[in-house]
Amino acid sequence: MSTVPKLTIKDLQVSIEEKEILKGVNLEVKGGEIHAIMGPNGTGKSTLAQALMGHPRYEVTSGDVSLDGEDVLEMEVDERARKGLFLAMQYPSEISGVTNSDFLRSAVNAKRGEGNEVSIMKFIKQMDKKMDQLNMDESFANRYLNEGFSGGEKKRNEILQLLMLEPRIAILDEIDSGLDIDALKVVAEGVNGMRNPNTGFLIITHYQRLLNYVTPDFVHVTMQGRIVKSGGPELAERLEAEGYDWVKEELGIEDETAEQQA
Amino acid sequence: MSVNTEQLFDRQIVTQISQSQEEPTWMLQKRLAALDEAAKLSLPKLEKTRIDRWNFTSFDPYRGEEALTTIDTLPENVRQFVSAEKEDHVFVQKNSSPVYQQLSADLKEKGVIFTDIATAAREHGDLVQKHFMTDGINPNEHRLAALHTALFSGGLLLYVPKNVAVELPFQALFWASGKGVGNFPHVLVVLETGANASIIANFVSDEDSDAVVNGAFEVFLGDNARLSVASLHTHGEETTEVAYRRTVVGRDAHLDWTVGDLNGGRTISDNTTHMQGSGSNGEIKAITVGAGEQRSNITSTFHHWGTHTETNIVARGVMLDAAQTILNGVTKIEKGATKANGVQAEKVLMLSPEARGDANPILLIDENDVQAGHAASVGKIDPIQMFYLMSRGLSRRQAERLVIFGFVGPVLDTIPFDSLRERITDVIEGKLSS
Repeated sequence: MSTVPKLTIKDLQVSIEEKEILKGVNLEVKGGEIHAIMGPNGTGKSTLAQALMGHPRYEVTSGDVSLDGEDVLEMEVDERARKGLFLAMQYPSEISGVTNSDFLRSAVNAKRGEGNEVSIMKFIKQMDKKMDQLNMDESFANRYLNEGFSGGEKKRNEILQLLMLEPRIAILDEIDSGLDIDALKVVAEGVNGMRNPNTGFLIITHYQRLLNYVTPDFVHVTMQGRIVKSGGPELAERLEAEGYDWVKEELGIEDETAEQQA
Repeated sequence: MSVNTEQLFDRQIVTQISQSQEEPTWMLQKRLAALDEAAKLSLPKLEKTRIDRWNFTSFDPYRGEEALTTIDTLPENVRQFVSAEKEDHVFVQKNSSPVYQQLSADLKEKGVIFTDIATAAREHGDLVQKHFMTDGINPNEHRLAALHTALFSGGLLLYVPKNVAVELPFQALFWASGKGVGNFPHVLVVLETGANASIIANFVSDEDSDAVVNGAFEVFLGDNARLSVASLHTHGEETTEVAYRRTVVGRDAHLDWTVGDLNGGRTISDNTTHMQGSGSNGEIKAITVGAGEQRSNITSTFHHWGTHTETNIVARGVMLDAAQTILNGVTKIEKGATKANGVQAEKVLMLSPEARGDANPILLIDENDVQAGHAASVGKIDPIQMFYLMSRGLSRRQAERLVIFGFVGPVLDTIPFDSLRERITDVIEGKLSS
């Protein structure tokens, strides 16, 4: 597809186990843009990420999501992925007995479609290159998917998948949590390397730290299951320096969590 | 338990089977004694599986078949289980008759025996008498063992003399064909000191077969011998199969057992190995896939007698539809088996809400100075795992396949025969997509 990717979220409301978490999120992410979503714990950041990808425990109760004009909420999880949506997960699953490289090749081929599979040689070369870029030991290719990986190794592995699958819209859910500074830099370089008009980013984070290495174009603050404030990179800097209290004060919010009764 | 004193089968039938195979008198006597016992003995007691209504006695106990001049006349779905290049060692039995045998002159010269049991009993009587239904399986263990002793036909002896190493695997194929047959395959494997060999036995039936298969597999490993042995079972849905396997392992010997219980019908599979010699080590890999209304009870046992014996049991069950399996692992360490180390892991994956599985790890330890460990799990495919895989673009079906083959991987990936691994993969694929 040659057009610039566009993810549009309109008045998205999401519940988990009958509890309403997102109460109407509006956002548009286009190719070449990096959006950061920040906010205190429990304000709905991760719920947004999981709901966009179609996590089975999250129920969308209202609203629209479209990718390049197509209705995302109508799609199965795998179809969303093949259309170019990607979620780097906070807690990736461990799959025993499936090697990292077998899995990745299946994923790459699923996206390319039947009859257009990548040759094994070409795939291996490409994976070697990306693993090198992420300072991943080559043994990772033959280890079982995420099994026994440390927290940092899992995150790096998520970024490896991101680089290999080249999605149109990439959502990174707290990819920076628990990373040491070296790993953080590696992850940031990976993201910066993909900064081009063919990919839009939605980076969900707790901390300003990652944003020191990946400069966002837009910063949004979530509270009570909504985006309550948006701005440029300077907003992230102020949040880092002053915390969230000034935002709450400005908006007259006492309890910022999503589960509070409105 | 009431005792049925009537004969289950006519003595005349047993005598005919024996005479038609020109067996020595001792073997006929052994059969007749077992027949008498069969009426008095009870069925084996299985953990959590009721077998009292399974058919173990209603069938035609002998069905002779014509010998084959070439193996290529076998139907393709049977033929595919063996490779029969010029250099291969092959034994094929259809119902009660050995129909094809192939062994290179070179191996014959070295003293290797690979032939049906009746021939072996005539030509190597002492060898067969010493090992046939003696220290491996006892005919008086239970009714099914006694019935097997009384009614077995054809069967196979593999004998590898001292220090002879055979590169290519011996291949055996037991084929149950036609309606109403009872098959009693017997495989006897004897490796002398320092011998080295491998054998793959395939037990197959026609798709519509209703065969009752009561098989036995006895293996004796001399000191320092090495054996890889695989038993692959792919009987049809209407069949009932009982398979008792016993192995006795000598000093410093090495045993690698693979059991593929991939039948469509009722299955009892018991694989017990006695680690008799000190310093011996053994591994059992067991894999089962159940579908439909299938019931199976699969037991893998290592019995440690010698010191410094090391064993490992890895068992995996995948249950589809309304299938049920009981997967038992038993590690028994006797007093005096110091420095023994036995580990085991049984896992069952259920792919449908009606499927059932039970994984029972059992450690019985009578010696202090040992190591032992076990793991067991029974579960369904984790929806979060599925979400993860599908979020990378894999279809639900592809994601399921990955999880399933990942689940059986620890068994499948370590099978020492490429061809067998491929066949098992194909059978699993077939079961998953039907």
